[in-house]
Amino acid sequence: MITLLPETLEDLWEIFHHQPDYKPMAGGTDLLVRMGVDKKQPPALVCLEKIHDLKTIKKTRDGIRIGSGVTLTELLKNDLIQENLPILHTAISTLGSPLIRNMGTLGGNICTASPAGDTLPALYLLGARVTLYSDRGNRILPLDEFIQGPGRTLLADKEILGSILIPPGDRFNVHHFEKVGQRKALAIAVVSLAALLKVHGGVVEEARLAWGSVGPTIVRSREAEKALEGRKLTLTTLNHAADLARSAVSPISDVRASADYRRRVAGNLLLRLAV
Amino acid sequence: MQLNFELNGQPVTLFVDGAMRALDLLRERCGITGPKEGCGSGECGACAIWIDGVTKLSCLMLAAQLQGRTVTTIEGLAKDEPHPLQQFFVKKGAVQCGYCTPGMIMTAAELLTHEKMPDREMIRNAISGNICRCTGYHKIVDAVEDAAEAMQGLKP
Ligand SMILES: Cc1cc2nc3c(=O)[nH]c(=O)nc-3n(C[C@H](O)[C@H](O)[C@H](O)COP(=O)(O)OP(=O)(O)OC[C@H]3O[C@@H](n4cnc5c(N)ncnc54)[C@H](O)[C@@H]3O)c2cc1C
Ligand code: FES
Ligand code: FES
Repeated sequence: MITLLPETLEDLWEIFHHQPDYKPMAGGTDLLVRMGVDKKQPPALVCLEKIHDLKTIKKTRDGIRIGSGVTLTELLKNDLIQENLPILHTAISTLGSPLIRNMGTLGGNICTASPAGDTLPALYLLGARVTLYSDRGNRILPLDEFIQGPGRTLLADKEILGSILIPPGDRFNVHHFEKVGQRKALAIAVVSLAALLKVHGGVVEEARLAWGSVGPTIVRSREAEKALEGRKLTLTTLNHAADLARSAVSPISDVRASADYRRRVAGNLLLRLAV
Repeated sequence: MQLNFELNGQPVTLFVDGAMRALDLLRERCGITGPKEGCGSGECGACAIWIDGVTKLSCLMLAAQLQGRTVTTIEGLAKDEPHPLQQFFVKKGAVQCGYCTPGMIMTAAELLTHEKMPDREMIRNAISGNICRCTGYHKIVDAVEDAAEAMQGLKP
């Protein structure tokens, strides 16, 4: 296997041109673990970590643009993220361990497209869009379209995820992310819930809810959201929404938890929103 | 490929295979045995080193990624005398078998570069990716706390 470390996007396109069987790598925390398990190597690995264009965070008129190669630790430390995207900040703080976050990137978490990917429920609720770069030009897709299923995205040949755009959103006053895992650090989510609510005078005006690890990809439930809107956040309201959530999810059983347990927890997590 | 990087203050030039891991390069080609292989999959922290001052896991890095970087291992952490963390790990009994120690100290030492006086919660959080099978962590947290105080001149 050859390993290449281009420093500019132009160099990257050049490599893609000459080396059709490349595999891109950002932090390597998913890819190198997978390669170790599968005992299979691509003919060429292209590390993106030296490409400066992929490593910036900017606020523009269109929203906050995050380079795919920004590490999770850099995101946690960034003021723009702390102040404007608290739900994403909380989600990242539960991902892996500080050492994993020093290496792993937002782009890597998205491209892995795991139903348990911790940044995904928050990014779905925030209406994130991804910009895909190639030497043919850039294209923009909504994140929930880009992600097709476990490990499956709409990334085309010789294309990379360049940046993630979070459009300026409405002001939510409840930002909640909770992950149930088997222990505190280094636990893959058994079930997670992200919630953004607009609450005025105790009444929910708008609700956005997304669950992780309870289906082939992130699950949003419009029914559960509607069950909260126009109502007070009482246990009765939440219990009703929780029932709808339990029927919206389609979890699997695996070594970490049974489908039944996941379904129950997916609903129960909503009860945490009670005030 | 030809690789040039700085290892514990010394320039190094080596030819490596593109599939070699950074951990193997350090241990097998550079004679640096501080970073250990525990899990080989990112879960234990025994292989932690600094790349340009940031703690990374050398089991999940390719040797090629060291190109142009500054690499620091436990061997390069101390200057003239042992780093305060090394001194207090010994003093507080935070080392038993010692397998986790180099990774644990590299992680804790990075914490102390940006957090002069971390509380116990911050220390626990910082080392949450480093597994120790022997000490029960309590003494490790004590040692990091004391080293921080010593570095601020608050403790002999
Ligand atoms: C011990 C451990 C614990 C973990 N815990 C968690 C956890 O709690 N929650 C969680 O969500 N994840 C967890 N992970 C998974 C992983 O750390 C994250 O998914 C991380 O964000 C991946 O980023 P990366 O940069 O390391 O990706 P890489 O491994 O570099 O890449 C992942 C995949 O994306 C592709 N890719 C990466 N960047 C691009 C790009 N810009 N364009 C196109 N393709 C790209 C690669 O080809 C590869 O297929 C854990 C991993 C380990 C080893
Ligand atoms: S050997 Fe690298 S984290 Fe365990
Ligand atoms: S001292 Fe033995 S693993 Fe930590």
